[in-house]
Amino acid sequence: MTTLRGGWRTLLYKELLRFWKVSFQTIAAPVLTALLYLLIFSHVLEAHVAVFDGRVRYTAFLIPGLVMMSVLQNSFANSSSSLIQSKINGNIIFVLLPPLSPLDLYVAYVAGAMVRGLVVGLGVFAITVWFEPSTLFLANPGWVLAFALLGSCILATMGLIAGIWADKFDQLAAFQNFIIVPATFLSGVFYSIKSLPPFWQALSHANPFFYMIDGFRYGFFGLSDVPPLGSLLVVGAFCLALMLAALALLKSGWKLRS
Amino acid sequence: MTPAVEVVRVARRFGRVQALAGIDLTVAPGEFFGLLGPNGAGKTTLISVLAGLVRPDGGTARIMGHDVTTGYREARRALGVVPQELVLDPFFTVRETLAIQSGYFGLARNDDWIDEILHHLDLTAKANANMRSLSGGMKRRVLVAQALVHRPPVIVLDEPTAGVDVELRQHLWSFIRKLNADGHTIILTTHYLEEAEALCARIAMMKAGRIVALDTTQNLLSRFAGLTVRLGAARVPLAWQPRVLRHEGSVHFIGLDRYDELEDLLRALRVEGVAIDELALEETDLEQVFLRLVGRGVDAGADAAAGRGAGGAS
Repeated sequence: MTTLRGGWRTLLYKELLRFWKVSFQTIAAPVLTALLYLLIFSHVLEAHVAVFDGRVRYTAFLIPGLVMMSVLQNSFANSSSSLIQSKINGNIIFVLLPPLSPLDLYVAYVAGAMVRGLVVGLGVFAITVWFEPSTLFLANPGWVLAFALLGSCILATMGLIAGIWADKFDQLAAFQNFIIVPATFLSGVFYSIKSLPPFWQALSHANPFFYMIDGFRYGFFGLSDVPPLGSLLVVGAFCLALMLAALALLKSGWKLRS
Repeated sequence: MTPAVEVVRVARRFGRVQALAGIDLTVAPGEFFGLLGPNGAGKTTLISVLAGLVRPDGGTARIMGHDVTTGYREARRALGVVPQELVLDPFFTVRETLAIQSGYFGLARNDDWIDEILHHLDLTAKANANMRSLSGGMKRRVLVAQALVHRPPVIVLDEPTAGVDVELRQHLWSFIRKLNADGHTIILTTHYLEEAEALCARIAMMKAGRIVALDTTQNLLSRFAGLTVRLGAARVPLAWQPRVLRHEGSVHFIGLDRYDELEDLLRALRVEGVAIDELALEETDLEQVFLRLVGRGVDAGADAAAGRGAGGAS
């Protein structure tokens, strides 16, 4: 039932072509947004915020946060918008009629969304690194890669689930604005959670996005709020759970096949 | 020989609507088969079950011997569906659309066949045009092309000529006939009864989720051989009212089994003192058969209302 065969490669290619054809909107725009965040926050806060006991400049601290935030938000945006557009246009039928298995659909939509997220993340890094060239020297590239892949996979999967669930664009916008954006913003993109009052610190520990960003940042500086191995386990388990949930939904045909 | 399509006791309910109430149907390879019925009869639901888009509550459906659920890969590979809705992916050109659709079926190099389909559907000049820029008729032809990319032995067309101009309709039908002559099994749903009469060798008529007639087109026509009286009058004699097929204003269509029944009708009109404004006799065609089976005594308005009620299921 869920073995992988040829058709998924074409669906992945279609997913890549879909965002590439409108890359100004899907890649350039989020890179610009991240650049604006960097300019504004580093300008306002550089002299006032000390992170990791002053061992890392705030601008440097901010860069991996913004890169990861862009990876996460764009991975989510890609799979969710692709699905909702197909559902509303009715052209989802072209994917449902061929012999594509639930795993084929999962791999193609999620890999397509991961590529979009990672390309945007690379773009953000390529622009922001000029403001703090020291961030180019990654302390642990392996951790950077692991968290980037897991984080984009998680958000791509969440986007897939949201895209299957939503019947209208505004439902999807609500999911994005009330769940994804707050969860990323409140996860330590712009600050170290050590600077928070104890209650908010505790709450941040319940946010899986916090571990994605903290672990990703560890790869840059070798410094983090919590041990990176713990973060990797939390993020890995969360990713696995979401994958299984998404595959079960696809297999059930929920909202796709009546 | 393995049937091209085999449907056994397929049932499906949507909320309070019994869209399919236990359908049994077998279509042999190479047949040109028609599926007729009013809106909401369950035609599209039945097709959706074959395509794996709708899961039945009970019963089984097979395409070329492959169960649509347990053997869905083989079943879908054997089936090409032209959907009723005019849908497209606005991101791509016609050729990209067809190449992508081929890829979904695992066909990486399919250019020769795509060129051939484009040629037959008169789309060659538009191969590199964006889908958005096409006219409605061209979009419809692309839908047909998409259903054919993987050379399916069974092709289902769900009202493919709705809203298509006469010239294109003729063109499309000659192409579908050619596919049928080449050995493809064709299943067609249509509202144009003359189309079904001209094309389909065998026909199933559906009403409210059931098949109410299933026979060769010839047999259906001869089984219901008879006449229709076109009567313009203020009213129909009481005893004859159950025989009325439909009304068009003060024109009533009354079914007769034999010529000599005409005398009975005229006598009844005379006895009840009903004045005849207009009187004509018509031979049976598929439309008469259709109306007798699915619409007896139901006027157009009530039929449309019934269609709306079950519209969600179709």
